[in-house]
Amino acid sequence: MDFFDIDNTFKLTVSPSPQIKSPVTTQRIMLHVLIALCPALGFAVWVFGLRALVLTLICAVSAVGWEHLCCKLRDRRSTVGDLSAAVTGVILAFNLPATLPLWEAVIGTFVAIVIVKQMFGGLGQNFANPAIVGRIVLMLSFTADMTRWVLPFERGADAVSGATPLVSRTASYADLFFGRVGGCLGEVSAFALLIGFVYLLIMRVITPHNTLAFVGTVFVFAFLAGKDPVFEILAGGVMLGAVFMATDYVTSPQTAWGKIIFGIGCGIITCVIRFCANYAEGVSFSILIMNILTPYIDRLTETKPLGGKAKEAKS
Amino acid sequence: MEDSYIKTERGFAMKLKGVLLPHKKGTADCECVTIPLPKSVTLPMLMGIGAPCVPAVKKGDRVTVGQLIGDTEKLLAAPIHSPVSGTVTAVEDMLQMNGRTCKAVVIESDGEQTPCPDLAPPKLTDKASFFAAVRASGCVGLGGAGFPTHIKLNYNESKCKVDTLVINAAECEPYITSDCRVMLEEPEAAADGIRQVMHYLKIDRAFIGIEDNKPAAIAEMKRVTADDEKITVVKLKSLYPQGAEKVMAYNTTGRIIGEGELPSDKGLIVMNISTAAFISNYLKTGMPLVTKRLTIDGDIVGKPMNVIAPVGTPISEILRFADCDPMKAKKILMGGPMMGVCVYDPDTPIIKTNNAILAFGSESERSKKQTNCINCGRCIAACPLKLMPCRFERAYDARDKETLSRLKVGLCMNCGACSYVCPAGRRLAEKNQLAKELLRK
Repeated sequence: MDFFDIDNTFKLTVSPSPQIKSPVTTQRIMLHVLIALCPALGFAVWVFGLRALVLTLICAVSAVGWEHLCCKLRDRRSTVGDLSAAVTGVILAFNLPATLPLWEAVIGTFVAIVIVKQMFGGLGQNFANPAIVGRIVLMLSFTADMTRWVLPFERGADAVSGATPLVSRTASYADLFFGRVGGCLGEVSAFALLIGFVYLLIMRVITPHNTLAFVGTVFVFAFLAGKDPVFEILAGGVMLGAVFMATDYVTSPQTAWGKIIFGIGCGIITCVIRFCANYAEGVSFSILIMNILTPYIDRLTETKPLGGKAKEAKS
Repeated sequence: MEDSYIKTERGFAMKLKGVLLPHKKGTADCECVTIPLPKSVTLPMLMGIGAPCVPAVKKGDRVTVGQLIGDTEKLLAAPIHSPVSGTVTAVEDMLQMNGRTCKAVVIESDGEQTPCPDLAPPKLTDKASFFAAVRASGCVGLGGAGFPTHIKLNYNESKCKVDTLVINAAECEPYITSDCRVMLEEPEAAADGIRQVMHYLKIDRAFIGIEDNKPAAIAEMKRVTADDEKITVVKLKSLYPQGAEKVMAYNTTGRIIGEGELPSDKGLIVMNISTAAFISNYLKTGMPLVTKRLTIDGDIVGKPMNVIAPVGTPISEILRFADCDPMKAKKILMGGPMMGVCVYDPDTPIIKTNNAILAFGSESERSKKQTNCINCGRCIAACPLKLMPCRFERAYDARDKETLSRLKVGLCMNCGACSYVCPAGRRLAEKNQLAKELLRK
């Protein structure tokens, strides 16, 4: 074996194929999502003032902080570099009213990152969308703060609070589309969210299946239930949920058909909660329930490998 | 329409998926150069799939170009011939790329290149003589797997009826342009080889599948087959792994080669374009398979080029010819970057199935760091056979044989598309191979 003693400097690396890799990495995907969230953040700042920006930054920074802390406590390499914690923080902020006390938001990111994500093993292992669970816990714990909606363009200490359009049902389509309504930070403008959606599609970060199935189902269901379908998809969190939360890779199915089933399920549960239950909004609960069903949907929609079944008798 | 759909026996269907790779076919315009004769060649007695040959020469024997130096009684094997004239200096054990050993014959060249006096074009009368000639030529599938060609052609006629010849000229791996050069340099030979196979096997249609990043090769093959309505040139999208046998068969004919089936079970013979060209040349000259067209490329290769090299030439010698110092290489590949094998020793001889030597100055373009699977499904979307590599990985890590066989890991052809697209850098293709091994146990 003479290949070991050539000048004693001989080093060839042997590794299994393939030797090349596409430039798409987890970090790059998360960066695309952060960019896609920016238009909605811009609208939130326009509508609710700088407080919206402060809340979003606090959420993002605290989420990253919790993630780093968890990794260090468990003596693991810190995973904050993949940006997924930052994405979770921003999406959670988008689900909060702009007036929420900052310390409550930090509790929200604690629930999202530490309990839902890291305790299950970190990125890719969580069964539910961290931001959704964070929002639900805050909703149940601080119901008053979580439902004190600021009216748009009312700034300062004397900000007038009022009902969200889902409750008052008075907003025009144009107001809903461009975010001149009350509500959670990120959900107010369907227009801004759609810009993010198109960006994610162009960057091939997501496929349209989950989103279209979700929004489409809400539209059809509302129409059949005798409600105003356009209003139902524009008001509340449907757009935010459908674009940024139902498309979360980790907690949604992997195949196209799985994604469609997931989206339809989200739509139906959202409508059932909105129309029949006590809550005005059902997006977060619907996505959470479908997150839990995802492993079953994945099992149901396993691909049929090409040539996998001896279906044709050998001629 | 024509590009993404295929008319099958059951109507129109989508062509198979794949991944877009950087082509890096910078050597497509480099005409093949014959390298200077190596001082000595090392001929492993096993080149590709099948049984190893038994050396027919011993130390000290004089041999001539084209002389038989290894053969076997076993069915699944092709004989091996000397690419040089000279003296046998050793018949020794050699460590192969897969970790097993086999006999190898080392021949020192005398520089004369005296042809073997017995060489003559074979006399063809019928099918049997054609098969015998193909066997005697030492021909194996030149696309990479190295399946003995005479076995492929001599399919079991009582079981299946082959009606279509599929010529694989996709060359979907980055860098490699040797098949492309065959089509540009000897299109007539390639077409003639196809016609010979069709004639002796009584096949009345053939498809030549070529990726659309080789417009010149498509034009050449269309030109030489223009007056032959039995042969159709099919332009295929440049999607990896277009040249995988099952993918090529499906995308040209719409036929699905299932689990454990050979192409002949579905009435197909899939053959590489270089194999067809070689068969034609052999029938004309009687010179067996002793040289290989190779693409030499990579970031530390000073003069990327295509060469014709004797089988058995050490890689280092070919690299030096292409102005590359093999000592500077951190990684040397036999074959393309997707399916090629890493070489541990730069003096490894090239064998019949090689079509490229790539040398890189950095360890790998792949990041070493793996992160958690994020369930994105890109590997599923990339798999041409619609397998679920991320699920295989989880099942393999749990040693869950039941799930592995239900999800058909056995179909994986190790094209590496899943590993390529994985944003978390997971080594999915590697796990698939381990999972297949686990199922075999």
